[in-house]
Amino acid sequence: MSYIQGETGDWEIVIGLEVHAQVISNAKLFSGAATAFGAEPNSQVSFVDAAFPGMLPVINEHCIEQAVRTGLGLKAQINLHSVFDRKNYFYADLPQGYQISQYLQPIVGKGEIVLDLPDGSSRTVGVTRLHLEQDAGKSLHDQHPAKTYIDLNRSGVALMEIVSEPDMRTAEEAGAYVRKLRSILRYLGTCDGNMEEGSMRCDVNVSVRKPGAPFGTRCEIKNVNSIRFVMQAIEYEARRQIEIIEEGGKIDQETRLWDTTKFVTRSMRSKEEAHDYRYFPDPDLLPLELDPAWVEDIKRTLPELPDDKKARFISEYKLSPYDANVLVSEKARADFFEAVAKGRDPKLAANWVTGELFGYLNKAGKEIEESPVSAENLGGLIDLIADNTISGRIAKEVFEAMFETGEKPADIVEKKGLRQVTDTGAIESSIDAVLAANADKVAEFRSGKDKLFGFFVGQVMKATQGKANPALVNEILMTKLKG
Amino acid sequence: MTGLTHLTMAAALDGLAKKEFTAVELTEAHVKAVETIRPLNAFITETPEQALAMAKASDARRAKGEAGPMEGLPIAVKDLFCTKGVPTTAASHILDGFKPEYESTVTSNLWRDGAVMLGKVNLDEFAMGSANITSYHGNVVSPWSPGEAGNWSRQLVPGGSSGGSAAAVAARAALGATGTDTGGSIRQPAAFTGIVGIKPTYGRCSRWGVVAFASSLDQAGPMTRTVEDAAIMLRSMCGFDPKDSTSVDLPVPDFRAALTGDIRGLKVGIPKEYRVEGMPAEIAAIWDQGIEWLKQAGAEPVEISLPHTKYALATYYIVAPAEASSNLARYDGLRYGLRVEGASLKDMYENTRGAGFGKEVRRRILIGTYVLSAGYYDAYYNKARQVRTRIKWDFDEAFKQCDVILTPTAPSTAFAIGEKMDDPIQMYLNDVFTVPASLAGLPGMSVPAGVGSDGLPLGLQLLGRPFDEETVLRVGQVIEKAAAVTATPPFMA
Repeated sequence: MSYIQGETGDWEIVIGLEVHAQVISNAKLFSGAATAFGAEPNSQVSFVDAAFPGMLPVINEHCIEQAVRTGLGLKAQINLHSVFDRKNYFYADLPQGYQISQYLQPIVGKGEIVLDLPDGSSRTVGVTRLHLEQDAGKSLHDQHPAKTYIDLNRSGVALMEIVSEPDMRTAEEAGAYVRKLRSILRYLGTCDGNMEEGSMRCDVNVSVRKPGAPFGTRCEIKNVNSIRFVMQAIEYEARRQIEIIEEGGKIDQETRLWDTTKFVTRSMRSKEEAHDYRYFPDPDLLPLELDPAWVEDIKRTLPELPDDKKARFISEYKLSPYDANVLVSEKARADFFEAVAKGRDPKLAANWVTGELFGYLNKAGKEIEESPVSAENLGGLIDLIADNTISGRIAKEVFEAMFETGEKPADIVEKKGLRQVTDTGAIESSIDAVLAANADKVAEFRSGKDKLFGFFVGQVMKATQGKANPALVNEILMTKLKG
Repeated sequence: MTGLTHLTMAAALDGLAKKEFTAVELTEAHVKAVETIRPLNAFITETPEQALAMAKASDARRAKGEAGPMEGLPIAVKDLFCTKGVPTTAASHILDGFKPEYESTVTSNLWRDGAVMLGKVNLDEFAMGSANITSYHGNVVSPWSPGEAGNWSRQLVPGGSSGGSAAAVAARAALGATGTDTGGSIRQPAAFTGIVGIKPTYGRCSRWGVVAFASSLDQAGPMTRTVEDAAIMLRSMCGFDPKDSTSVDLPVPDFRAALTGDIRGLKVGIPKEYRVEGMPAEIAAIWDQGIEWLKQAGAEPVEISLPHTKYALATYYIVAPAEASSNLARYDGLRYGLRVEGASLKDMYENTRGAGFGKEVRRRILIGTYVLSAGYYDAYYNKARQVRTRIKWDFDEAFKQCDVILTPTAPSTAFAIGEKMDDPIQMYLNDVFTVPASLAGLPGMSVPAGVGSDGLPLGLQLLGRPFDEETVLRVGQVIEKAAAVTATPPFMA
């Protein structure tokens, strides 16, 4: 447990998250309109989405399947009977005057998410529920001095609201939760997790308490749209609450916003101003009844998820939990690693992928999918090391060229003449030249200054432009020095 | 050929088939009739050009031997059904200028089967009312009103909410009309104007493209002058629609074929709870007469009990406004219809909805919002849902003992405009016999059974098992024939 130090002692933060994840689906939750991001405003709106008179919602089966798939991925209970309710409130970008959501009977019940913490430990956070709901449209307040413009493209798009238990205690855990959830959703193919495009957003519930005390009053920070902001908002909000309590005040339950320019949370509305949503079952939709066999069919098509993959990487490839974590965090990374590791030393493959490759990608701001070095080529590079064509050191130089040009390692080695020298005669003459030029050091070595061995190796490698086989250099050098 | 407007649908189909007249001639006669009955204020929008174009196309189809089951029959459409390119108002100011780009499933089905649209008929605003007096476009006058057209000595209501449909059909300006029934809006106006109206089982007719009042109750149905016509028109209106999740995927029977007249051995339930206190003697008498007619036809009356009947009206007036308060939230001035500008979004909402909705609609939105509010939800809405289930069970039990249920349709004959209007509860009592079947989703039909001491029509109601419209129609036709009502409205086209 890590606590925050206050004037009056230690404080513990209690965090629960509500993540809104846009379902990957070509059509909306209750209409056939398209859902692509970035389309012309109001170009993907059906009469249902715009709430024209007499229009009725029809459930998109694919969205239901995606929710069930997600529930299964979260090891959660799938509710075979669930109900869609209307959440009533007026807003300009909510055409129906209500959002179709699930209130008392969601499609997915209790589940869990295992967090992988930076220190290699893990921690289980409870998932309270997952329900399906419609997204609202978008109000554009900056297009006209006095008017608000409305874009209904997002209106009716399917969202999964995934609610956690108040199980997290630090901003880092909350960050790890969002990262892990996003990873699982991406593995499942149910949400692209793209927070910049708004396809994943978080409502963060924060309260503070003295360790062991009952939960404090919470504040909800709405619509936080990056993991960094989630963590910053929690840190700020916890300190704000502690300050108020320590000054003798009390926390008002309220909804707050994260100000991304001032890095503070601001009050949005108090509990008294909270809407009375007047939830009631949507009479346009019958209760949703799922066939257990259909759920089983979905279960059979689930991919290997990050936790299982991590366990397998540790047992099958003997990777460290840390390396396994880094590799499984994204399915594309794990797939890349496995392609490189196939038929090769897995530890070496892991080192190259997590070390050189991720380092270069990171510096270039590229995703693994955009890597100029293919898995096949990285594997080829490792093969060149293994068969003594090049040394590990030269390999790093080759890798740099591969990253720049995307060329095959063998071609680069040929073109640049980097092939390792294994001709003992050539190595011997290089060594002879080095020993002759450093007769004083040879004498020192022979009188017991063993450490000078490294110096000679360096000189030989320099003379051979690093191409000499290091093992042969060592062997011949030792013989000659001792001789 | 004025006689054309007095035909039944069955007779008109016959005449068309025998080439005694064309669909264009039949439609021309009705277009003229629509003009003649303007003093009734039954139509909000007349569509004569469209009617004639449709009639022409109908004649062409018939000539090619492609006549549909309603080929060439001119009908009126309640202005709650969205009709492509034709203003659709729901009789509300708030839908000013709204012209749908789409056609409701029910009207599409009717046009598919060859029917011809004469226009859009008046109704209570958003179908909320029992007298057709809440329309933004003015009240509808019953053709049964005494006095001269336009200078009535007493303006009678046609019932509601499908008052324009009832008036147009009763006054012989349309062979039939679509209606919608949420708590009795087809059956009660049918009874008040001496015509037939059937609300089929919930789920029979698609609600897609019908402006919603209370989604769990709204159901479309035909209003015609005979039971046989109702069977013809119902068949064309209903059918599974994947665009309405509450639509039921069942084959559509040939309802007309069910009209065998043979009801021997059928058990007719007579619910004792419907003998309400203060029931006018002539209502009780016509009910007894109905029982007698069915007995004579070989059916067996059985007393049944529907113990939760007394809670039905209260339940209905919680469930329906609750759903309405949410359904009508979309009329916010933003995308279509009326907009009254304001300094802020909230002001615009208030200005638009304040000006756009009439008093009765506002009242129901307020009731609905209240019963769904935190702290009241359990006491009202949730309790009402529970009682609704009990009412359904009552019917389930009853139908173990009988095949069809006979009751009066309304507790009185038509009243005059101005009566029952101070107290909304008095108005709501009109629905006392029709509401329970709505809550249970059952098919119900009103059939003309006679006239009261005031010379005004009286109707009897038949309720059936879910999706057993056939029995309802069959028994209804037996009553229709036994009653053989000859009285016609004093004002007809």
